[in-house]
Amino acid sequence: MTYQLPPVLSETRDDFLDLAESDRLLMLLEFSQDLPSLPEKYADHPELLERVEECQSPVYIFVEVSPESVVNVYATAPEQSPTTRGFASILVQGLSGLSVEEALGIPADFPDTLGLTKLISPLRVRGMTAMLWRIKRQIKEKSSTS
Amino acid sequence: MHLPIRNLGVMSVSPDHNPKFASYAHPEALVSTEWLSTRLNEDNIVIVESDEDVLLYEIGHIPGAVKIDWHTDLNDPIVRDYVHGERFAEILGSKGISRDTTVVIYGDKSNWWAAYALWVFKLFGHPDVRLLDGGRDKWIAEGRDITTAKVHRAATTYPIITRDDSVQRAFREDVLAHLGQPLIDVRSPQEYSGERTHMPDYPQESALRGGHVPGAASVPWSKAAAEDGTFRAREELDAVYLEGAGLKPGDDVITYCRIGERSSHTWFVLKYLMGFETVRNYDGSWVEWGSAVRVPIVVGTEPGKL
Repeated sequence: MTYQLPPVLSETRDDFLDLAESDRLLMLLEFSQDLPSLPEKYADHPELLERVEECQSPVYIFVEVSPESVVNVYATAPEQSPTTRGFASILVQGLSGLSVEEALGIPADFPDTLGLTKLISPLRVRGMTAMLWRIKRQIKEKSSTS
Repeated sequence: MHLPIRNLGVMSVSPDHNPKFASYAHPEALVSTEWLSTRLNEDNIVIVESDEDVLLYEIGHIPGAVKIDWHTDLNDPIVRDYVHGERFAEILGSKGISRDTTVVIYGDKSNWWAAYALWVFKLFGHPDVRLLDGGRDKWIAEGRDITTAKVHRAATTYPIITRDDSVQRAFREDVLAHLGQPLIDVRSPQEYSGERTHMPDYPQESALRGGHVPGAASVPWSKAAAEDGTFRAREELDAVYLEGAGLKPGDDVITYCRIGERSSHTWFVLKYLMGFETVRNYDGSWVEWGSAVRVPIVVGTEPGKL
């Protein structure tokens, strides 16, 4: 059976690829504006958040795994870092609500499949790859202890 | 065609006579936010925003500023190199920049990418290009106007200039020939020493080996920037680069970082603020050197010998 990307992520990817290259940046900008804010319980506890060191901008992530093995992802990044916010927003929206198994199954190269590398440079896209990797690592840690 | 810096003396837009700049070797290479704020509508000045974050311009920019992206506009899409004269002329013309335009560049991250763009402008010998001291962050912190309004400048014809890589740019062979003379490594101390900082299964950033070019002094780029993103005062720069890194006036210096962007910032400091005449930026930088076969590398916190 061929691998199927979870629906929200595959829709995101198709939406990007359907657009002309110049419009893809605007869609990333829209994603950056739609990054959900942190729930208060995390906003007040910055020590719970993990910094994505590979990103030039300060972006922090936090993952929850429920007893039913459902994943929730939170992220925060400065308003003045729209590209990083956009990357975080794609992953937060695409991974939240997935099962642990579905989330861990997302290919590591998902960020490279959005048609952004030419527009944004591989170095910038690498930040998103690192974000996905750190999210998956947290999911693994949190699902093995729960 | 390379225009020597002394040609800046005949530029049409007068320099910013801000007292802070007076002690720099070439005060005309900088403008302050105050100076720029009263010149937003001058026809012979074009303001250029150049950022690390490719979307930052879109969320708000200085009124009238155009965007030049280091990756999509200044880099060749295929070869690891900068665009050629035809493409540079096309891009600048489309932004309404002429050869005699005064270009003021600003950007995020204390002007890293702005300095990088300025360096590329200088490879093409653009006569009058200046940096906005403090860049985007200072402009915004001071509560000055920003806008998301689309900027329409009438296109101009920019001449096709052959890029001159011989004066401001160093290639790997140049660095090999330069060994034993001053080099400044502007990366973080951990990158300089070759210590691995990444997570276990995260691939190290492109270079296969860690460390630095033998003899290079470690001076992270940020030592030249103050908290507000402006350049440090001349005496502070002297303390960092002369006393600290051991440079002597008149030295021939090569700067490098990972891909050449942070080292453009230091290149600008050494050349325009401190007056070193021969400073080259090695844009191949660690991504090239740390992956090249049989080039010498030193690991650890000492500059090391050949």
